Amino acid sequence: MSKKILEIKELKRDFIMGSETVHALRGISFDVEAGEFVTIMGSSGSGKTTLLNILGCLDKPSIGNYFLDGVDVKSLSRDELAQLRNHKIGFVFQAYNLLPRTTALENVELPLLYNKDVSAAERRERAIHALESVKLGDRHDHTPSQLSGGQQQRVAIARALVNEPVMILADEATGNLDSRTSYEIMALMQDLNQNQGKTIVFVTHEPDIASFSSRTIQLRDGRIQKDTKVEPKRSAKEVLENLPVTEDY
Amino acid sequence: MSLINLIRIALKALQRNKLRAFLTMLGIIIGVGSVIAMVAIGQGSKQSIHDSLSNMGTNMITVQPASNLNGGVRIAGTSFQTLTVKDIVALKANAQYITEISPAVSSKGQAINGALNWPTTMTGVSPEYLDIRKLSLKDGIAFTPTDVLTSAKVCLIGQTVIDNIFPNGENPIGKIIRFGHIPFQVIGVLSPKGFNSFGQDQDDILIAPYTTVQKRILATIYYSNIYASAANEGVTDDAVTEITSILRGSHRLTAAEDNDFTVRTQQELIATLSSTSGLLTVLLTVVAGISLVIGGIGIMNIMYVSVTERTKEIGLRMSIGARGKDILMQFLMEAVMISITGGIIGVVVGFLSTQVVTLTLGWPTIISESSVVLSFVVCAVTGIFFGYYPAQKASRLDPIEALRYE
Repeated sequence: MSKKILEIKELKRDFIMGSETVHALRGISFDVEAGEFVTIMGSSGSGKTTLLNILGCLDKPSIGNYFLDGVDVKSLSRDELAQLRNHKIGFVFQAYNLLPRTTALENVELPLLYNKDVSAAERRERAIHALESVKLGDRHDHTPSQLSGGQQQRVAIARALVNEPVMILADEATGNLDSRTSYEIMALMQDLNQNQGKTIVFVTHEPDIASFSSRTIQLRDGRIQKDTKVEPKRSAKEVLENLPVTEDY
Repeated sequence: MSLINLIRIALKALQRNKLRAFLTMLGIIIGVGSVIAMVAIGQGSKQSIHDSLSNMGTNMITVQPASNLNGGVRIAGTSFQTLTVKDIVALKANAQYITEISPAVSSKGQAINGALNWPTTMTGVSPEYLDIRKLSLKDGIAFTPTDVLTSAKVCLIGQTVIDNIFPNGENPIGKIIRFGHIPFQVIGVLSPKGFNSFGQDQDDILIAPYTTVQKRILATIYYSNIYASAANEGVTDDAVTEITSILRGSHRLTAAEDNDFTVRTQQELIATLSSTSGLLTVLLTVVAGISLVIGGIGIMNIMYVSVTERTKEIGLRMSIGARGKDILMQFLMEAVMISITGGIIGVVVGFLSTQVVTLTLGWPTIISESSVVLSFVVCAVTGIFFGYYPAQKASRLDPIEALRYE
């Protein structure tokens, strides 16, 4: 029995828009265990983004409980949530969100700057290590504008890894990339998941991307429509190898 | 987050936009630079005004015999004889606020050189008198305390007297002239002072040891005046009080009796001096304030722009664990760094421009430490004050909104 990273019970989230109350999430329950690779799918308006914000501890549920690695998120203050994000979550965004005119290494170091237990030397060492694990060991001093989209996303993944989070939370992480680069990123994610045991929660609306995960949660109108194990899982690496080589880029 | 990390982050952010950081700093640089230069020029001119006013003897105190009720009839002070060597001794022994003191007696008479003569006044004083009145010698030497002791027949001569009894440009030094029937050797020539504000010719004078005038001309033991100089203008009033009490003691006056002397100061000159310097200080403070406020508004403006422009960065930082406080400190640190760096450069610019003014225009300048320290402190405070609101705005952003901001 592996450890539960996420425990979500009857989660509801309402927004008050003027005089109307919008029920973005209408009662969601699921658990994610350590080492799982979960994709959350859903069309726009399904509550996907709201769920992501709550999972990322950027927002709190209106009703229901959310335990992240055993911590009850609901009871935490704004600053405590920030600390929790710093220690337990690695974010990967669709738009990479790297700091411009800042080197890859410094971008990767960023989360550790907000962790006062990490010394400058350790910060650098961990950042170098994280960049190596996304196969960008030779790109330390490149700024985002000197990197391709796929490389930028890999820097962002290294940034998500550097604080050794319990969960990597990816928000449409392949949304801005062409299909070959998307497969490269998914291959990297699968590698992190299988060989390094990282728990990954991946939000996407592309079924093709979702097929690389081990489990898919389908949202619809603020409820879970389907929660299925993907069997057998596709290997992004194999797909990549079988992809016809084009001369487009 | 540690201070070192904060500084690193702030430096990085400023480096990413060097030109803008510099332009923002420019407001502060010009502000601080102009404050330092203005204060230096102001202090310089204040000092030179001060010096020229001091040349008139702003700290000079005059003691005169006073009119006094004497059997119901008031007698003119000058004809009253109360000031003696005893008073000088008492003042020299007890006064703290006065640095120099000289008795004075004077006699009107004819200065005679051969066939030429000129009606003038001979003032008998001690050597300190030259300092007290800010008189200087153009040529020759002053008489000494020994000359006073021996009642030497030596004198210093004023330009007007020279013009009249040495009309052909001869050097009067060493010449023997007569004052009345007494021969005096001229040992020094006074630098011309021109007319004073009452139209009196200050160069129509002979100066001799007071003992000489007392014993050889007037045959008196009294002084017509006592001149003293206060340590500085600031303590003039204290010096007056002190002299009054010492002289009352030395004259053995009871509490019921009026002073038999009057003590006068150069009130008008002092008032001019203090109003001049006061005005300068106010003007410079206003200039300093305005320029630093403008610099501060520049910082505030740019910080607001920066916060808006970097909303996404703020969202990212928050999502990876920055607390509101961290963001607040980051932006505050940026503002303070801009203002302090601007302040440092401003101090340098202020020094340089002051030097340029001194070298090219020849204006006297004095860089005062207090203006450097003050403008620097004001700068740092400006950075904090004007940086706080934008930083607070940044720290209160909602990370979800901020991340999605385009």
